[in-house]
Amino acid sequence: MKKLSTGAVVDRPGSSSSNRTGSWRTFHPKVTEKCIACGICVQFCPEGCIEVKQEKGKKKAVIDYDYCKGCLICIGQCPSKAIESGREK
Amino acid sequence: MAKNVVEASEGVAEAVKLCEPDVLAVYPITPQTHVSETLARMLADGRMDAEMIRVESEHSAMSACIGAQATGARAYTATSSQGLALMHEMLFIAAGMRLPITMTVVNRSLSAPLSIWNDQQDSFSQRDTGWIQLHVEDGQEAHDTQVMAFRIAQEAQLPVMMCMDGFVLSHVYEPIIFLQKEKVRKFLPKPRQDYVLNPSKPVTMGTLGTPEYYMGFRKQVQDALLRSSDIIKKVNSEFSSKFGRKYGDGLIETVSMEGKRHALITIGSVAGTARPLLEEMGVGLIKIKSYRPFPAEELRKICEGLESIGVIEKDISMGWNGALFDDVRSALYDLKKRPTMSGFIAGIGGKDITLDDMKSIMQKIREKKSGVEWLY
Repeated sequence: MKKLSTGAVVDRPGSSSSNRTGSWRTFHPKVTEKCIACGICVQFCPEGCIEVKQEKGKKKAVIDYDYCKGCLICIGQCPSKAIESGREK
Repeated sequence: MAKNVVEASEGVAEAVKLCEPDVLAVYPITPQTHVSETLARMLADGRMDAEMIRVESEHSAMSACIGAQATGARAYTATSSQGLALMHEMLFIAAGMRLPITMTVVNRSLSAPLSIWNDQQDSFSQRDTGWIQLHVEDGQEAHDTQVMAFRIAQEAQLPVMMCMDGFVLSHVYEPIIFLQKEKVRKFLPKPRQDYVLNPSKPVTMGTLGTPEYYMGFRKQVQDALLRSSDIIKKVNSEFSSKFGRKYGDGLIETVSMEGKRHALITIGSVAGTARPLLEEMGVGLIKIKSYRPFPAEELRKICEGLESIGVIEKDISMGWNGALFDDVRSALYDLKKRPTMSGFIAGIGGKDITLDDMKSIMQKIREKKSGVEWLY
């Protein structure tokens, strides 16, 4: 067991990024080739874990699965129906 | 040393003033009223320097104390009955965050039916919150214990409630020796907390505890409570060497137990009703002063070899027994030779406990009665 601070105080910054909350995920959103990189999902993601990036020579939405909790809000907002849902394995 | 004939509530307010709290957050409720009224008068008269926050409920009073204490200020509040019940969820938070808040609880029964009179159901119902809970017998003990409570809280980094019976103690006039300001200042050094809110050294307080960590933090509170037994004992003995008065070992006190085979166990002011009967009835008195941490080890040492004991208490854990009765019984379970044990639920909602009641209780203890009965 790690040494715990008195009264559950967090005395160093960065705990939000060091806790990989993606492990909570039940559903697994997946961006397909239909993505037009409009960035709407980026705006709606409550975790702020989608970015539009250059990937394999093409701009598209990229999900950071370290923090994505699988809420699937991105799927509901995507105008191109470019995000699919599956079960987390 | 000069004695002041004052109401016990005023004696407590005087003790609070001596401890120089920075923040008082209070909401009025009977029978605690005279404590906070006296403090408000002291502030208005310029005899005391503190911030008094007039909150809209006891839930807010405790919340304000949590916020104040988190900055490293010395925070205090006083309440009773429904007020303490309304604080319930914040009490867990104060203890879990290890904030050394000090509170006076003037014990009163809980509704329904509505009653303003004394019993100890209110503080006993807060047993599992992680607060240190000290109970007193008379005005002098209340005055002294209030000062010790501030010191114990800051050393244990745990909140402390100092409990005194409503009306039968809080509103009684008696001669009280007030502690001296300079001596109290030495006895009660500036508070030290592991963490305080400070913009130049930011921390996050009141965070989420995921299953990975939560249990560890709860265990930390339990360990701190268990360790606080030694702190209470140390503070009690230091208090006695500085001020000349002593309350048992700080956790538990015995009265004329020498050579006795039977004992009455109780908590709070009802001990005063038992005192004059002890010799006549051949029964010793065991006063539990610290209800949490519970002095199980000390109790075992005192009760080993006794023939019979009885517990009289002003609370009931509905659906089972008096809470103190069960705690005592559980503490004594490991003894090889256990005394027979009886329980008496009495004085609920201000019902008088007379000398005759007390006599008959002692008689039943001597007759090695077992089981729990209500005196009503």
